[in-house]
Amino acid sequence: MKIAVCVKHVPDAQGDRGFRADTTTDREAVDGLLSELDEYAVEEAVRLRESGAAGDDAEVVALTIGPADARDALKKALQMGADAGVLVSDDAIHGSDAVGTSLVLAKALEKVGADLVLTGMASTDGGMGVVPAMVAERLGLPQVTYAAEVTLSGGAGGTVRIRRDGDASTETVEASLPALVSVTDQINEPRYPSFKGIMAAKKKPVEEWTLADIGVDPADVGLDAAWTAAVEAEARPPKQAGTVVTDEGDGAAKLVEFLASQRLV
Amino acid sequence: MAQVLVVVDATPTPESSGGAVRKASLELLTLARRLGDPVAVVFGAPEGADAPAALAEHGAAEVVMVGGADVVDHLVAPKSEVLARLVEERAPAAVLLPSSPEGKEVAGRLAVRTGSGVVTDAVDVALDGDRVVATKSVFAGSYTTRCAVTRGTPLVAVKPNTVAPEPAPAAGTVTVLTPEVSEQAKSARIVERQPKQASGRPDLAEASIVVSGGRGTDGDFSAVEALADALGGAVGASRAAVDAGWYPHSNQVGQTGKTVSPQLYLAAGISGAIQHKAGMQTSKVVVAVNKDPEAPIFEMADFGVVGDLSSILPAATEEIARRKG
Ligand SMILES: Cc1cc2nc3c(=O)[nH]c(=O)nc-3n(C[C@H](O)[C@H](O)[C@H](O)COP(=O)(O)OP(=O)(O)OC[C@H]3O[C@@H](n4cnc5c(N)ncnc54)[C@H](O)[C@@H]3O)c2cc1C
Ligand SMILES: Cc1cc2nc3c(=O)[nH]c(=O)nc-3n(C[C@H](O)[C@H](O)[C@H](O)COP(=O)(O)OP(=O)(O)OC[C@H]3O[C@@H](n4cnc5c(N)ncnc54)[C@H](O)[C@@H]3O)c2cc1C
Repeated sequence: MKIAVCVKHVPDAQGDRGFRADTTTDREAVDGLLSELDEYAVEEAVRLRESGAAGDDAEVVALTIGPADARDALKKALQMGADAGVLVSDDAIHGSDAVGTSLVLAKALEKVGADLVLTGMASTDGGMGVVPAMVAERLGLPQVTYAAEVTLSGGAGGTVRIRRDGDASTETVEASLPALVSVTDQINEPRYPSFKGIMAAKKKPVEEWTLADIGVDPADVGLDAAWTAAVEAEARPPKQAGTVVTDEGDGAAKLVEFLASQRLV
Repeated sequence: MAQVLVVVDATPTPESSGGAVRKASLELLTLARRLGDPVAVVFGAPEGADAPAALAEHGAAEVVMVGGADVVDHLVAPKSEVLARLVEERAPAAVLLPSSPEGKEVAGRLAVRTGSGVVTDAVDVALDGDRVVATKSVFAGSYTTRCAVTRGTPLVAVKPNTVAPEPAPAAGTVTVLTPEVSEQAKSARIVERQPKQASGRPDLAEASIVVSGGRGTDGDFSAVEALADALGGAVGASRAAVDAGWYPHSNQVGQTGKTVSPQLYLAAGISGAIQHKAGMQTSKVVVAVNKDPEAPIFEMADFGVVGDLSSILPAATEEIARRKG
């Protein structure tokens, strides 16, 4: 079976992230990397292949949308064990909102033709957590999200069963394939690429598609076609330094005094 | 005036199988009144639930109760299908939803179905001329952005603790729906549900006080729990504490846990990693207890104590009890 993993190339959260004048993410200011939460999806896909759960002929394809730099996200996925990569890159995509992004992803996934689509639970930049639901809606796929455990049975035409951890209960959810599954960071421990993995990745195929290749009208995506518009992005003024006291036996009393001054006790 | 659909979070909880209305839903009604006449949509609430009265008291002109196994036994797809029908019928000025994982997914599907823009994690929403504009805090709190929805029906997922719920008695006419949903929307089935034990403490996501413990607790959360109880707050945990198995994942605060924005966030033995910050940076007042004066959490704390939490927390709990008399 074919497993597609959606991976997003995002600005490193450890850097000073910001916006450009057109209110799109400034991708020059901070180095990009594979969104950490997508590593869990890549890891899970590779494990499903390695364990044989996805069948003997299993193939893992990493898919990303972004400018040329986004190849780096694919590279990491390939080093972790994905078999092939697809980059959808087109100047017209710049500034797409979640709705536009999901359109491009859905059309690209149609072309990939996966039996199982894996995604992270949210990106680490936009962090909306809506793209998996949007893609499932567009493709008419069952959507099984926030998986903390994934089990496959019956091969490509079979079923996927997941466990998810909610507030009030732990749920087991089932759907037949093809399906879209998003995974949480509880599901596994992503591997570091091994030397062998890094060398092998260099020989793996990466295709680059434009909007024309997947049949998306450029007028339907990008900043101008977005269904939302950022009207303002303002850096928050640095927080006023608070009071820090060192405990000399009176730390608790000072703490409670502070709470009282704020009418919190 | 146009209607504004408000998706109510009244999922049955272990404490209340009747589907108690959460405070966050009353906040949504308060925000909705700025945009039009609120119509509350309650999913999965069984008959006899106390929801309609509470919602009417806070401004719901109408309460649409949507029940039935088609909705309850599946994930989000049936809910967005039903909402899409309501949007078509009523042409609302906006749809407000809780910015919970489920609320956001419902919004996502609804966006695609209705050709509408969606903004998640909003901390405010208002009319700017005839546009609905939502405010959100992004990149772990370093930026505040304002986003307008420019197409379709504005769909805005709002975080808890954004406004104080204001009572505004309205008719609250009840409409009961047991809709049929498509086979496709039912394609993901919940085959088993294991209820969790209730803690008896306030709900973490909407608590006005949260006391959280991290790796610094060294596995003993009793002092954190005692202080939370003295303050009437909820208990949170860092991912390090959750990964170590010291506290349930449902109490994790942060990027991959709960987003909280309480009046008071007290972090004990938590260093303040960016992913933790992402879940609590909109808290009104931040207090930190940490034995490392260099811990990054102090940079965002309004008040900090450098010291050992295992002595400071119990002493603070005692002092609070003494003041309460
Ligand atoms: C700070 C910020 C705030 C934003 N706010 C909004 C908003 O309110 N409304 C709006 O419509 N847009 C918004 N956007 C734009 C939006 O983030 C992008 O369109 C984005 O690609 C989709 O949303 P997400 O990154 O939040 O994805 P999420 O829904 O958080 O991503 C979930 C998963 O989808 C997959 N995925 C997402 N994007 C890609 C991609 N490009 N390539 C491959 N896989 C992907 C990944 O597996 C990811 O883990 C915002 C962007 C930023 C940077
Ligand atoms: C993709 C991703 C997602 C993540 N999501 C989250 C998330 O949702 N939530 C989250 O919290 N983290 C998350 N993390 C993890 C995050 O990066 C940090 O590792 C984590 O927050 C650290 O937890 P901590 O502060 O408890 O532990 P540490 O960083 O180890 O800090 C422990 C602190 O306790 C102090 N301490 C020790 N003993 C005492 C004592 N006796 N008294 C007082 N202070 C003491 C120490 O000085 C130290 O500052 C995520 C990471 C990744 C990569």
